[in-house]
Amino acid sequence: MTTSSEVYKEPEKKIGNVVLEVRDLRTYLYTKWGVTKAVDGLNFEVREGETLGIVGESGCGKSMTALSMLRLAPKPAARTVSGQIILDGEDILQRPEPEMRFIRGQKISMILQDPMTSLNPVYSIGNQMVEALGMYYQGEDNKGLKGRAVDILRKMGVAAPERRIIDYPHQMSGGMKQRVVGAMAISGTPRVLICDEPTTALDVTIQAQYLRLLKQVQADTGVSIIFITHDMGVVAKMCDRVAVMYAGKIVEQGELRSVFNNPSHPYTKALMASVPSMEHAHVEKLYSIEGQPPALFDLPVGCRFANRCEFADAKCLEAYPPMFQDEDGHTADCWRLEGQWKKVAEATT
Amino acid sequence: MATEGNVLELPKESSWYSPSKLKHYIGVAIKDYPVLWLTILFVVLIFPALTAPWTAPHDPLKQELSKRLTAPVWSTGSEDKPPSWSNIFGTDKQGRDILSRVMHGSRISLMVSLSALAIGGTLGTTLGLVSGYFGGWVDHLIMRIVDVFLSLPLILMALVIVAVFGPSFWTAIGVISVLLWSRYARQIRAEVLAIKQMDFIARARVSGASNTRIIIKHVFPNITNTLIVLATLQVGTVILLEATLSFLGAGIPRPNPAWGVMVADGRDHIASAWWIAVMPGIAIMLTVLSMNMMGDWLRDKLDPKLRQV
Amino acid sequence: MADEILLQAQDLTKYFPVTKGLVLQKTVGWVQAVDHVNFSIPKGKTLSLVGESGCGKTTTAKLILRLEQPTTGQVTLEGQDVHTIDGDELKKYHTDVSAVFQDPWSSLSPRMRVRDIISEALIVNQKVTKVEAYERVDLLLEQVGLRTQQATLYPHEFSGGQRQRLALASALVGNPKLIVLDEPVSALDVSIQAQIMNLLKELQDSYDVGYLLVAHNLATVRYLAHEVAVMYLGEIVEQAETNELYDNTLHPYTKALFSAALTANPDSQREEIILRGEVPSPINPPSGCRFHQRCPYVMDVCSQEIPVRKEMAPGHFVNCHLY
Ligand SMILES: Nc1ncnc2c1ncn2[C@@H]1O[C@H](COP(=O)(O)OP(=O)(O)OP(=O)(O)O)[C@@H](O)[C@H]1O
Ligand SMILES: Nc1ncnc2c1ncn2[C@@H]1O[C@H](COP(=O)(O)OP(=O)(O)OP(=O)(O)O)[C@@H](O)[C@H]1O
Ligand code: SF4
Ligand SMILES: [Mg+2]
Ligand SMILES: [Mg+2]
Repeated sequence: MTTSSEVYKEPEKKIGNVVLEVRDLRTYLYTKWGVTKAVDGLNFEVREGETLGIVGESGCGKSMTALSMLRLAPKPAARTVSGQIILDGEDILQRPEPEMRFIRGQKISMILQDPMTSLNPVYSIGNQMVEALGMYYQGEDNKGLKGRAVDILRKMGVAAPERRIIDYPHQMSGGMKQRVVGAMAISGTPRVLICDEPTTALDVTIQAQYLRLLKQVQADTGVSIIFITHDMGVVAKMCDRVAVMYAGKIVEQGELRSVFNNPSHPYTKALMASVPSMEHAHVEKLYSIEGQPPALFDLPVGCRFANRCEFADAKCLEAYPPMFQDEDGHTADCWRLEGQWKKVAEATT
Repeated sequence: MATEGNVLELPKESSWYSPSKLKHYIGVAIKDYPVLWLTILFVVLIFPALTAPWTAPHDPLKQELSKRLTAPVWSTGSEDKPPSWSNIFGTDKQGRDILSRVMHGSRISLMVSLSALAIGGTLGTTLGLVSGYFGGWVDHLIMRIVDVFLSLPLILMALVIVAVFGPSFWTAIGVISVLLWSRYARQIRAEVLAIKQMDFIARARVSGASNTRIIIKHVFPNITNTLIVLATLQVGTVILLEATLSFLGAGIPRPNPAWGVMVADGRDHIASAWWIAVMPGIAIMLTVLSMNMMGDWLRDKLDPKLRQV
Repeated sequence: MADEILLQAQDLTKYFPVTKGLVLQKTVGWVQAVDHVNFSIPKGKTLSLVGESGCGKTTTAKLILRLEQPTTGQVTLEGQDVHTIDGDELKKYHTDVSAVFQDPWSSLSPRMRVRDIISEALIVNQKVTKVEAYERVDLLLEQVGLRTQQATLYPHEFSGGQRQRLALASALVGNPKLIVLDEPVSALDVSIQAQIMNLLKELQDSYDVGYLLVAHNLATVRYLAHEVAVMYLGEIVEQAETNELYDNTLHPYTKALFSAALTANPDSQREEIILRGEVPSPINPPSGCRFHQRCPYVMDVCSQEIPVRKEMAPGHFVNCHLY
């Protein structure tokens, strides 16, 4: 066997205290169709060194959640109308805007889906990294910053970073660009890193390299990761806990294994059943959820999944279900759990 | 809900007279309010163009030397020739009624610009479609010709053509169409190149559709928005071009009341009888301005790339 | 194989010229997008091409659809070379073969009504009246789970999943024998993907239509395909019946590809082989075995000799010096 590839061993995980706590976050978009409730009362927390996955269908509000956490939701359409985002004990929604510039990057940072548009095509990646680093290491000269850029690129698994640093984005492959974007995102040594579908544009083998890298970086720095994706495989690989989003709300949340092995909200169940497996041959038909999610500007009063849910009854149509919890802290918003699990919160709409 | 004094509280509705609101209303009136521009266009161009023979107060060609150089009604005029309601915009040095001439002038402007747009636009669109769709040497050839046309000095070209064929209504249309087609060809080609990459074109080819069918059924319907916008924006340019040519004596021959000719005629009297040149000048300006505004507005409305948000 | 062969690709090759210079374009190299590829699709069955981005899957599909001309080699449909036919035979080809593309947003003419989009292949290739064509459209709309009243709408009035259903209806209009599916579900949401995959299976059962499925999601492929060919840099490196391949990967690239694919099972105990380096450029592909620079099992011979195709089990072919 040669060194060109190897069987991969997971780095060790150390999970610490709660770093980020999101309470009743609501971001609404005021459009000509009406009020789009893209983020409608989210509650979750992330611990040091932990990865929280947020999964859900396209348009359910995942990206808007991420942007709201950085206070970057598109203005003037979007407004965060309520909630708290408590980072290290401080509600960053209460900080004045100029301070946010320091919070972004040094405390919360983000990697976007498309590496092609995250880099400026007319500057070399070295230039772009030095500029980004200059914000955190004020007073340091260019040479020092360049040294730091090379170090970070090396940490992100870029081979021969001294030479790659003079390259322009178009000279790099998608996987390489995504590493550069990742390097820039961790360059301020943030406490929380939000990854919004960072691997969707990558090939499977490149995706595997990249996910492994993120895990290594997390093991080294203890950064908490919020990983947004719609790929259940990526979640199973990356995350410690998962939150399933549906139509602007988190409908189920819990430890990875507990959610995957015991999905309790009908939507999560259906989602799991509709993913084909590559591990065994298929004989019967795939389960499929018929219909479409409701429009976020025209939400039903009852459970938002009711129109597609096979268990829905009159109660489901009447009122949004409260949040129920089992002994392990696994929560779900579904009337079917009434009586089985403990009610921990009233319905939030 | 947001707590008291929270930065997240919804901004209160500001009252209507706040500076930002005022700016907003002005912005709306100028940019988002096609009604304003349509009204101006109708008053200055379309209504007179359609009805001038019946609604113009005088015959635009009839000379009344006794009335020559009468000032517009609202000015003081001179002792011997007091302004009169009969010639609201005054008269020129042959005593012709300026208002009637401006009204008939809009007829000429509209005729020339529409004909030139039709001819130049059709030619340019066809060549742009062919060039973009087929690519290869056809594309090369057409685009090099376009380059040549775009690099020629416009007015000089026009003057040469007119010198050869002599000034007439049709020469003016011909000259303008020749100058126009290349812009169409270039823009349409760019659009077609983008459309050609789309999967629905591949799908049509897989279905066995012929090139002609694909161009007519699949490509053309997707460039009509561009065509409308382009045409609206070009009307202004064409009217200006026609006026320039007429001003230089290479456009509509005298004594036709073309706006450009009128401005040229008024040039010698600009100090003593400003209205001869200024009245048609204002007509040109208003028409071109409102056409361009309409064009911008249409582009915002129709262009899917800009329509976002 | 007892099955009747529907489509066959023999030595299929496509090189794209790489040109330099603005005015006088000089060819300075070739993108070896598809290189001497052989496969066949039996009637009513699905062959899937899998592999990483840029390995030549779409180009192969385009060669079959006559959207590209092969550099060498040929594609035969029921024994006829599809690139040399013309006249009535060409018309027949255009109804026998159809396609569904990846992006449901760009694959339907935005300014045409749904019924005209769906019936296009009929109107172009057969002597049918509009009334007859529209009757067939109504039938197909029901078949793919839409309502007949929707026939007069425009594509933008449909969701992504519904548009992919429309694309399927239009692919089915001429009673085709083969449908080329280029990433038919990858642009859709998970819950919608299952709907479309089920529909694809149903339609195959009821119309006995063959599919060439291009996909990179291995789970999708396992669900839909009868046979799978793995491509790497323009070449097929391994090919077998689906379950045989998934249970017994042989080529080191296939092994790495399959191990990198993630399953929605947190307790999955699959060993993960991580490849170093990036996919080399298809402009000057590596000598010998094109995978040798990234291969964990590379030997001296690999960089020198091109491995030949070997049959390791009935119907299971692999191109690798290890075997
Ligand atoms: N700028 C905007 N103006 C109006 N509505 C918007 C805007 N951006 C997003 N939305 C709406 O907000 C909702 C949430 O969008 P968001 O981008 O968060 O979805 P998502 O879950 O990230 O989806 P995807 O998986 O497709 O990225 C959607 O319904 C979308 O239509
Ligand atoms: N028209 C063209 N001219 C030049 N090169 C081309 C052309 N079309 C494709 N290629 C090249 O041929 C190679 C194969 O491309 P192809 O589109 O077949 O890949 P693919 O397997 O479908 O990838 P993906 O999964 O990204 O769709 C790529 O390197 C691509 O850049
Ligand atoms: S609350 Fe009712 S409708 Fe909603 S998911 Fe549960 S059972 Fe289905
Ligand atoms: Mg998103
Ligand atoms: Mg492709």
